[in-house]
Formats: sequence, C-alpha cells, structure tokens
Amino acid sequence: MSQHIGYSANARLRWTEVLPWVFSALVYYYLPEYLSLGARVLIYILFALSLDLIVGYSGIITLGHAAFFGVGAYTCGILSVRFHLTDPVLSLFISALVSAVLGLVTGAIILRTKRLTQLMLTLAIAALCLEVANKATNITGGADGLSGVSIAPIAGLFNFDMFGKTAFLWCLLVLFVGWYLVRRVIFSPFGASLTGIRENNLRMQAIGAGVYGKLMYVYTFSAALAGIAGALLTQTNQFVGLNVLGFEPSGELLVMLILGGVGRMYGAFVGPIVFLIAQDFLAKQFPEYWTLGIGVLLLFVVLFARGGILGMVDRILGLFKGSAK
Amino acid sequence: MDSFFASLISVAFHGLAYGMILYVISVGLSITMGLMGFTNLAHGVFAMAGGYVLVTSLSKFNIPFPLALFLSFSLIALVSVVLEKLLYQRLYGAIELEQVLLTIGIIYIGVACARLTFGTLQQPVVLPEYLRGQFSLLGRDFPAYRVFIICFSSLIIGGLWFGVERTIWGAMVRASVDHGAMAQSIGINTKRLFTITFALGSGMAGLGGALGADIVAIQPTYPLEQLVFFLIVVSVGGLGSLKGPFVAALLIGVTDTACKYWIPELGSFFIYIATIALLLWRPAGLFGKRS
Repeated sequence: MSQHIGYSANARLRWTEVLPWVFSALVYYYLPEYLSLGARVLIYILFALSLDLIVGYSGIITLGHAAFFGVGAYTCGILSVRFHLTDPVLSLFISALVSAVLGLVTGAIILRTKRLTQLMLTLAIAALCLEVANKATNITGGADGLSGVSIAPIAGLFNFDMFGKTAFLWCLLVLFVGWYLVRRVIFSPFGASLTGIRENNLRMQAIGAGVYGKLMYVYTFSAALAGIAGALLTQTNQFVGLNVLGFEPSGELLVMLILGGVGRMYGAFVGPIVFLIAQDFLAKQFPEYWTLGIGVLLLFVVLFARGGILGMVDRILGLFKGSAK
Repeated sequence: MDSFFASLISVAFHGLAYGMILYVISVGLSITMGLMGFTNLAHGVFAMAGGYVLVTSLSKFNIPFPLALFLSFSLIALVSVVLEKLLYQRLYGAIELEQVLLTIGIIYIGVACARLTFGTLQQPVVLPEYLRGQFSLLGRDFPAYRVFIICFSSLIIGGLWFGVERTIWGAMVRASVDHGAMAQSIGINTKRLFTITFALGSGMAGLGGALGADIVAIQPTYPLEQLVFFLIVVSVGGLGSLKGPFVAALLIGVTDTACKYWIPELGSFFIYIATIALLLWRPAGLFGKRS
C-alpha cells in the first residue's frame, strides 16, 4: 500500500494514488462552500511536498522552509502591486525563479553544515527574511501587509471569481504539475541517491556520489516549488502578510508533514488536510484557544502514532494482513 | 562627545542586563541539548511560565519578591520533572523530527494555556519599592532593577559554574556530555542525572523568565517569539558548554541593544547576519567541542 515510496519501489501508478484527485473533484462538485479552505489545503500540500523532498528524502533538517514560501508570496504580490504584472502564469514563474535563487544562495551555506547548526542556520535565514519584509515598509507594506493584489484571468480566459472556483481549480492544476515533477524526481536514480545521502552521507561520498551538488539541486528545486506555493497563496488571497514568513509558518508546515508521515510523499497530502481542517474547525469553535487542540493532537501523534498518520495506517493494515494469513 | 559616551555606557549596561537574562534562560537548554541530544524547542515555555508565576504571585497574592523568584524557579522545575517523565523521556534517542513535533506541540499547548489563564495582554511587573528608582555609581544613575538583575544573575551563574566544575554531580554531568554510553557503563545513573539536570535547566529558564519579565514582555506568544534568540545563544555558544553560551548571550545582548538604540530601522537584522556568519566560520559554535 502506501509504503515508503522511492526508486526501489515499483514506479507504476497505484490505485491509491488516484484518490487525492478523485477526492478533490468530489469537493469541487459537492462542497462548494469549502472551496476557499480547499484551495488553502491544496497550496499547503504543494508546500509540504517541497518540504518532504528535502526533509523526508534527503535528510536535510530545516525550520526555515517558509522563507521560500514567503519570498514567493511577496514576489507575486510586489509584481502585481508595484509593477502591475498581473498575469498568473508569468508571476508564478518569476516567483519560482526568485525563490530558486534564494534557495541556491542559502543552500550553498546551509548544506555545508549538519544537525543543530543546520537547523539554526535555516531558522536564522527565515527570521532574516521576516525582518526584511517587516522593515522594508515601502516595498512590502511592513506589518500592514500588501493588499490590493490584482490577478489577471488565467490565459486571458478564466477570471478569479468570488466563490473561489477558478482559484481552486488553478491550485489543483498547479499541484498536479508539482506532484508529477516530485514523483518523477523521487522515482529517478537521482531520487535514489538522495535517499542514499539521507541514510548514510559518508558512504555516499565514499562511493563517489557528489553529495553536495545533489543536495544543492534538490534544495533549489524544493525552494522553487515552495515559492510557487507561496505565489499561489497570494493569487488566491489577493493579499500578502507577514504571517507567511518566519519560524511560525515553517514550524507549522513541518508539523503538518510529520503529522502525515515523512518521506512517503502522500504524508504531504494527508498532513495538511488533517491539520488545516482541524485548525479551521477548532478556530471556529474556540477562536482564542484553538492551538490547544492542535497541540494535544501533536502529542498524541508523537506518543501513539509514530511515523505519522500514514505510518499508523500501515501498521493497522499490517495487522489485518497478519491475521488473514 | 560626553553624550555619546553616556549612551555608550547606557547601551553596554542595558545590553549586559539583557545578555545575563538570555544566559540564565538558555544555559539550561545548552546543557540539556548537549547532555541528552534532545532538540527542545519548548524551552521558552518554561521561561514564560516562570514569568507568569512571578507576575501572579506579586500582583495577586502579594508574595514578597525574593520568595516569588524562588517560587518561579521551584515550581517550573517541578512541573518540568513531570513533563520529562511523561513526555520527553519517551523520545530520548528518537529522531530529531519527532522531538521537534513533540516540543512544538508543547509550545502550542503552552501558548493556549497562557491565553486561557491570562489573556493576550502583556503582563506588567509590580516591582517592590526597593528595586525601583535609580542606583548611583561614579556620578551616573543606573536603574536599580537592572543592577539587581546583573548582580543576582552573576551569583546564580557563579553557583552553577561551581556546581558543574567542582562537584561530583558536575563531574557526572560532564562525563555524560562527553560520552554518554561510557558514563553509563561505569555506573552513572544517567536516567536520573537527565531528570535532575533537566529540572535544573528548566527551573533556571523559569527563573530567567521571571527575572527578565521587565525586559522581555511576558505574553502568550513569548515561546514562539523568543525561541530564535535562545537557539542562537545555544548554537553560537556551542552545545553542552557553559562558557560558550555566556559569551554568546552577552554578545547578543549588547549587539541587540546597540542596534535597537542607534539603528532601530534595522531591527534584529544584524543579529541574524552575525549568527549566520559566525556559524559559517565555526559550525560547532564558539566553544563547541566537535568541529
């Protein structure tokens, strides 16, 4: 079933892999009042996928992945508000490019280090980006955020409507492309060498694999994906605020990914769905104290469901298979 | 020129007080991370809780200030023992990601509890009469409370250093930091040592949060906002070291105060740049043992 997916596994599409898309179509047709939440979930799935590539498959530890998400979101917003560049496809590309450049530059720094130092560097870089966005008021709007972002119709045809239908489908399309690319990477020999690096960095160096270069590639790619997710958020919200940058969104994303299951690709789907729906529900019921519920959920997962929700599903299915024999 | 000199002294003084607070809070984190290899992102929760204990016992129960400080140390240490037994202990030796997930969960719960009990507003500290006002030294006036912070923290730090460098408990801690498995095999009860050290470190965080309640505002978002600074102190200083975080905390305290005084438009920008540069130069921190 949804065992760890990677180069050694069979690359053929499993029937479970179609489920997210079927599920999305059902949401689109039967739950139109939840489309804006749905778009948010799709964006975070793409964001979590980009994180899974580096955390789950390559073993890079980061608490600052929101730097790329936020820079992508701000790039898209600034393009629209300051430069009147409103074409959604073009602004996605430029945001991806800017985030990729940031990923390349910061990757060159953080990939030389390990463990706590690496964690700390990513955190410092994310905090730095937040501080820049906060202080460069005349470009980013500072603490007030950047409002009045206008986005032109997609390909000149599909306008972003007030019900969020176009936004949902647009996010779904971009996520599909992102998922396809990530899946290709994971099942490629390159993906296998990433897993090798995660499992034993030294041995990979010993057999002559260029560890640093491979990590640079995947880090930059992941940054670009995160930047696209950020730009999508700006396009659907038509607003950018400081809450896309810094430690809090990075930590939240990491939590979503671990909640779903790390290094399994579909953990990046399950985690954001559960987290964001729980957050939405709790924030409506208890607007002040919703973090309590999320916190308890996290403790529960750590103590009783190691490997995240998908890990638990695997174990339960394993039990059934065991009893069938 | 004289006014510049005066501001220089003022910045150094306030920076010193801030740095001391940072150190008292973070040293526990440095030791527990060095000793147990545990990525504890929730350390700020203990500091915040200590701050709340102090503020509440001063304003609600009229407890004298020294007793309130003692309470904020001992209560937090006690609570942390319970948390260590219930939660942390299960994840020693687990992968970092799970420790991160657990401690972020604790942060979320801590933030929600603080909001439930105290509301979102910043808690004002009602200092006793004898700690308000000014303290004159060499013709200059210094806020008495900051002077108290510096002196009191120095005492605590002195006591801690004596404890770690000169007592049998300290020797066991150092042995376990250097080589946990070896320490265990020569008969050191590392599990109990962890619990005691964890309680001490968390208690110190509570004490630091209480002492610094006047400098670093006590509010529900404290554990999230201050986390970066605590982690910077630990990583720049070097894991498991006592001296390193001290130097790092003072550097950060003075630099941050200086930046906020002279170039407020940069905010904490310079601190982050300096941290990145320092970690590139010395990945294991200033006094880290491994390179």
